[in-house]
Amino acid sequence: MINLSDILETIRMIQDECLDIRTITMGISLLDCIDTDISRACSKVYDKITQRAKDLVRVGEEIEKEYGIPIINKRISVTPIAMVSAACEGSPVMLARAMDEAASAVGVNLIGGYSALVQKGFSAGDMRLIESIPQALSETSRVCSSVNIGSTKAGINLDACRIMGRIIRQTAEATVDSSCFGAAKLVVFCNSVDDNPFMAGAYHGVGEPDCIINVGVSGPGVVRAALAKNPGADINEISNIIKTTAYKITRVGQLVGVTASQRLGVPFGIVDLSLAPTPQVGDSVAHILEEIGLEQCGAPGTTAALALLNDAVKKGGVMACSSVGGLSGAFIPVSEDSGMIAAAKSGALCIEKLEAMTAVCSVGLDMIVLPGDTSADTIAAIIADEAAIGMVNSKTTAVRVIPAIGRDVGEELDWGGLFGCGPVMRVNKMSPSKFISRGGQIPAPLHSLKN
Amino acid sequence: MKAVISVIGKDAVGILARVSAVCAEHNANVTEVTQSVLQDVFAMVMLVDISALSIPLAELSDRMSELGKSMGLSIYVMHEDIFNTMHHI
Repeated sequence: MINLSDILETIRMIQDECLDIRTITMGISLLDCIDTDISRACSKVYDKITQRAKDLVRVGEEIEKEYGIPIINKRISVTPIAMVSAACEGSPVMLARAMDEAASAVGVNLIGGYSALVQKGFSAGDMRLIESIPQALSETSRVCSSVNIGSTKAGINLDACRIMGRIIRQTAEATVDSSCFGAAKLVVFCNSVDDNPFMAGAYHGVGEPDCIINVGVSGPGVVRAALAKNPGADINEISNIIKTTAYKITRVGQLVGVTASQRLGVPFGIVDLSLAPTPQVGDSVAHILEEIGLEQCGAPGTTAALALLNDAVKKGGVMACSSVGGLSGAFIPVSEDSGMIAAAKSGALCIEKLEAMTAVCSVGLDMIVLPGDTSADTIAAIIADEAAIGMVNSKTTAVRVIPAIGRDVGEELDWGGLFGCGPVMRVNKMSPSKFISRGGQIPAPLHSLKN
Repeated sequence: MKAVISVIGKDAVGILARVSAVCAEHNANVTEVTQSVLQDVFAMVMLVDISALSIPLAELSDRMSELGKSMGLSIYVMHEDIFNTMHHI
C-alpha cells in the first residue's frame, strides 16, 4: 500500500519545490547520413531526425501527465557534425539549417551536435565546421554547438583554445541584436562525454547505438527544502540528507527514462545525476550552498560545500538508476541560477572563485557574461585554464562564456526563460597573449598513462 | 494498475461526489479513500484501479484538472509507479 505521507511528500516536491525532469534527450546517430553531396546529406539528416524523433514530444507529454511530473525539455543530440560533413566540400552551415528545421518539425526546443572533437588536432572538416559556428548559430534558433579541445589522454590543443577564443567573440558579435545569444549556445569542453543529455554541450558519441534515450534530472529546490528542515544537522547528516533526496529525485529520472524508452522503442541509455538550476525562485544550487551555512554563494567555504553537495548527489543517485552517465553532478551556470545571479551582482562571487568551484563539481565556467571588450586571447586563456582543471583531474570541464558586446561591468544581458539573465562579471585585465600565441599541444599529464 | 488522485483546496459541498463521478464515467474503480478537513482545507487522497480505464490516463488527468479549476481545487492524477519508485527500494 502506498503511504499517505509518501504521496504528500511527492506532491510537495513537485508543486512547491520545483522537482522536475530537466530533459529527455534522444541521441541519434547521423553516421549513415554521410554523403559527398551536402544537399543530399542535409535531406538524409532531416529525414533521419524527423523519423526517429517524431513521437518524442508526444510521448514526453504523455508521461508528464501520467506521472504528474513536469518534463521541462525534450531535446535531440546528434553525431558531431564535423564527422558527417567531413566528406563534403565547403561550409557545413547547410547541415545546421537542416538540423534546425528538423528540430522545429518535431517540436524540440534545442538540438545539439554541431560539434567537433579536436583535442589532438584538426582535420580539414573540423576546421570548416569551427569556422562556420558564428554563422550557424546566428542563422538558426535551435542548434547548439560544442568543441572538445582537450582531454586527460590527449592533453590540450592550445591552437584550438586560441581559435575558440576568437570564435566565441565572433558568435557574440554575430548575434549582438539578440543579446549575444549565439555564444550561450556554444560550449568548449575538455573531456567531453558521449552521452550528455544537457544543452548546449550534448552530442551523440560515435560509440553509442543508432538511437538512445538519456535523461537529466533536476531538483535543487527539493535538496534545499530538505536541508532547511534540519537546521541543526552536522555536516555528516547534511551529506546523508542530500544523498536520500538525490536518491528519490534520480529514481523518478530512471522511471521516466525507462518508460520513454519502452514507448519510443529505443534503448535507454543513462540518467545524468544532476542538480540543474533554473532562474525560477526556489530552484537554485547557490541557495543550497547558502542553506548549508554560507552568507552568500562565493564566500570562503563555497568550494568545500559544493564538493560535499556534488559527492552526496552522486552517492545518492548512483543507487537509484541502472546506468549513470553524462556530466553527473551539480551545475553552476551563473545566469540560470537566481542565487548565483544575486551573488555575482553583489560581488560575492567572482570568476576566479567560480573556476575553483569547477574543480569539484559537474561542469565548468557556465553562462558567465564577460565585458564586451574582453579579447579573444583572454577568452582563449580562460578556456585553457578551465581545460587544465579538467585534464589534470580526469573530469569534464567546459567554458560557456558570453562576451556582452558593447557592454561593461555594471550592465547585464537578459535572455529570459531558462537561460536567465547574467550580470557582466569583472575579468582580470593582464594579457595572456604571448602564452596563447605559442600554439601547439599541452602534453597529457603523467597519470594519463594508465595502461 | 492503480493511480492516485489527490485533491487539495477549500472545503465545499460535493467534492468527493464530483471527483468520484468523473472516475465512474471513465471506468476508474475507487478502491480506497482517505479524506480530512483541517481548518477549512479539504485534503483527499483516492486510490483508483485504472486497469479497465476507458480513456488514456493522461486524458483522465486533464479531465480532473479541468474539474479542479472549475471548483477552485488542485487535483493531481499520478500513476502509482512514481510513488513506488521514489519511496521503495
